Amino acid sequence: MRQRHEFHVDSTRYLDDHGKPLDDLPALAGDTERILAAYRNMVLTRTFDSKVIALQRTGKCGTYASVLGHEVIGTAIGQSMAKTDVFVPYYRDQAVHTLRGLSLRDMMLYWGGDERGSANWENCPEDLPIAVPIATQCCHAVGVASAIRIRGEERAVVCCVGDGGTSKGDFLESINLAGAWHLPVVFVAINNQWAISTPRSLQTGAETIAQKAISAGLPGHAVDGNDYFAASEVLDTALERARGGKGATLIEAVTYRLGDHTTADDATRYRTAEDLKRAWEKDGVKRLQNWLHDNDLWDADKEKALQADCKNRVEKAVEEYLATEPQPPTAMVDYLFETLPPALQAQRERIAAKYRGGES
Amino acid sequence: MSKGELRDVTLVEAVNLALHWEMEHDENVVVLGEDIATNGGVFRATVGLKEKFGFKRVMDTPLAENLIAGTSVGMATQGLKPVAEFQFMGFIYAGMEQIVSHAARMRNRTRGRLHCPIVYRAPFGGGIHAPEHHSESTEALFAHIPGLRVVIPSSPQRAYGLLLAAIRNPDPVIFLEPKRLYRAVTQSVENNGEALPLDTCFTLREGDDVTLITWGPCVMETLQAADKLAHQGVTCEVIDVATVSPLDRETLLCSVAKTGRAVIIHEACRNGGVGAEIAASLAESAFLDLQAPVVRVTGYDTVMPYYRNEAAYLPQVEDIVEAVEQVIAL
Repeated sequence: MRQRHEFHVDSTRYLDDHGKPLDDLPALAGDTERILAAYRNMVLTRTFDSKVIALQRTGKCGTYASVLGHEVIGTAIGQSMAKTDVFVPYYRDQAVHTLRGLSLRDMMLYWGGDERGSANWENCPEDLPIAVPIATQCCHAVGVASAIRIRGEERAVVCCVGDGGTSKGDFLESINLAGAWHLPVVFVAINNQWAISTPRSLQTGAETIAQKAISAGLPGHAVDGNDYFAASEVLDTALERARGGKGATLIEAVTYRLGDHTTADDATRYRTAEDLKRAWEKDGVKRLQNWLHDNDLWDADKEKALQADCKNRVEKAVEEYLATEPQPPTAMVDYLFETLPPALQAQRERIAAKYRGGES
Repeated sequence: MSKGELRDVTLVEAVNLALHWEMEHDENVVVLGEDIATNGGVFRATVGLKEKFGFKRVMDTPLAENLIAGTSVGMATQGLKPVAEFQFMGFIYAGMEQIVSHAARMRNRTRGRLHCPIVYRAPFGGGIHAPEHHSESTEALFAHIPGLRVVIPSSPQRAYGLLLAAIRNPDPVIFLEPKRLYRAVTQSVENNGEALPLDTCFTLREGDDVTLITWGPCVMETLQAADKLAHQGVTCEVIDVATVSPLDRETLLCSVAKTGRAVIIHEACRNGGVGAEIAASLAESAFLDLQAPVVRVTGYDTVMPYYRNEAAYLPQVEDIVEAVEQVIAL
């Protein structure tokens, strides 16, 4: 028997758990402005996250999926993407969305039960809205990438999916198409170890999620999703490759979901405090903060000012969110079709009559 | 492709003509599906498109129906107008989540920022001695979904005009082609790019005694039944619903106001079928016009039998005649 092909999965990490370099850092480590902007986005996202959880706990917001543990990979994605690229998210991508230019108010509106949270994305009008059904967005991503390829544009698509999502046909069918058609798309499988209560080990017998790329004919790359430098370097490379017509990449970003699945979940039912403590020791936000300190780019005063600034921005967004009147009930039929069919007109009139005064 | 009036056009050729016309006149129209490019589709509905418009716009996909449904959503958000083919309606179910949860909802979810001008085509219905899963007529599943249009042509002319309308419509359309009629009849088709209206019934024949409400493949047997009944002195108004969702109730109610009697004919099984929705609408809004109960002639509430018995499942001309005689007697 002879070996037909040899496959490999690359894995990248630059910083240890304390933010100390394990190796020579990539060139982007010289871009102080980018790194500081990244750190600010991570802190903003974390501030937003804890505030929305508090809003939910006090009955001012609906069920919410915490981003805790995804701040680093999300920030790296948001920074690597060009404005003209298209982002296809799942539902734990707040750290990307702040960088795509979504307002914090709109992000709150979405979780606060208002469709308008996905409406006015003037900074990224082509980005897809949050997809709730697991991995379904992967098919949309290859569709967007197909359109880009058909028109011969130098743009790319980034699609996020969780580790649980990589078990679904949508993901596998989509990476397969991306390989067959050489599509300009980067899949980021954010492996946070948990699909609600199901651990990563029960999702697949494969050693890595990155290696699923091999069956699709794509490069697969595992990266420490809490290592800002590693994540950014791998994303920059994959996006450049995609925009240059060289095809798709699957990146597995390894991290840990530090919060519950959503505010409706209680993770203490299925994971230990010890596991969680170990995961916090690898927290990527703290790791980058340590690195900034070590390189004389950060100090306690700057941290204090940043925390205050993020808090102000979030509080202002909360005020705007809470002051936003709900849509009139008739809005439930107004966006179903471009033109309301006669068959629905009577139902719209019924809604309008029942909630008279709520008409827009 | 010849322009102007074409004689002896089959329904499947009319589909092909409409696709050619629209791809030629709108560069955003793309066609995708299994075996649709080089092979021209298993029914040849897409034959010639690849040669004319190239692989970039006429795409053979991997064999994955869910992917076909979902990729179309992504393409549509970029302003393309995908016309996706499911090889048979019995294989559309793998794409249900993408159609129901995304194509039908994208406009609503984004308050109009993104929308899905997609046509999902599928040959449907029985009568061609096909294997299991190749003879389904489950239009009611889609008619139940808000945000979708379900359009079913029943003649070459309507296939041409309604498909053009479906492609030009800015929202998703499930376009079901009765494969029993693909080559059963021919008509002259004016290949001039003129669409027919959606959301509108077509009154195929006027009559005073009873309204026969049908769509798709059963239009053929219904017209034959109307012929037979005419010999008995019963004049039937025959309505091809064409867009089974959203429903043009106005045309149906006006007709029943005139005739006072209605028989609904469809191939799909009875329970929860589109006929039930029509019957309920007539009961709600035309009760005082009705001189007899609304009667349905439909497939049975069972799995479509393998083809040796499919004729026993399909509504036959005599079933329709019998139903009309029953309502006329009252």
